[in-house]
Amino acid sequence: MTEHRTPLARVRGLGTAKSGTEDFWHTRVTAVALVPLTIGFVLLVVSLLGRNHAAAQQILGTPLVAIMMLLFIGMSIYHMWLGMQEIIVDYVHDEFWKVVVLMANTFFCITIALACAFAIFKLSFGV
Amino acid sequence: MAGTKAPERPLSPHLQIYRWPLPMMMSILHRITGGGLYAGTLLMAWWLIAAGSGPNAYATFGTFINSIFGRLILFGYTWALFHHMLGGIRHLIWDTGHGFAPNEREWLSLATAVGALGLTIVVWVVGYLYIGGPR
Repeated sequence: MTEHRTPLARVRGLGTAKSGTEDFWHTRVTAVALVPLTIGFVLLVVSLLGRNHAAAQQILGTPLVAIMMLLFIGMSIYHMWLGMQEIIVDYVHDEFWKVVVLMANTFFCITIALACAFAIFKLSFGV
Repeated sequence: MAGTKAPERPLSPHLQIYRWPLPMMMSILHRITGGGLYAGTLLMAWWLIAAGSGPNAYATFGTFINSIFGRLILFGYTWALFHHMLGGIRHLIWDTGHGFAPNEREWLSLATAVGALGLTIVVWVVGYLYIGGPR
């Protein structure tokens, strides 16, 4: 059968065509968001240094603090998932191990993100 | 031909032959601090889960983080966070195509290193003197 599509049309939707810069761009978007969020996170940690559970529970459960923490968790863990992926493809060349380590990265990030978010929700909504 | 040895060609110089310029050092430190922060999320998760679990779990976490070892880790975490943040800002500036002149590169790299140390010290001094501290 004769192929009538142009080479560009054929390559679209294949491989990294059109979406190759997605990870790069998402790293930048999350980086920009993380500048104010990181400052807020550090201030929060400093303000809770050495405080007891009741104080931590109360402050972490405050809506604005909880929302900031959820944003920080989401943005930072997506950012670090992308970053670790970049490190892995740079250093792990064996195809089998690369896939294994990339999977481990994904599992780790999803687990940490879910655990942190769950804790924040529990602190906000109680019990 | 049998017994012919590969001719001794000059090899291109590798990492160990260069003096480490500041931007190069900042580049690898960006990756190292990123990796450190990756591991550090375990600490954040422990902190939040402990807070969500109750006073006993939080006290256990407190014993760790208020120990000298815990404080050292937290200090390192703060530094890594600021270093990676300022390094990221430097990269965002570079992404716009600015800051690539030799003196600008040098200046931005120095600002990353000095700024991160400065911010870390300021946060810890403020934290200890005015807000929390080992109570």
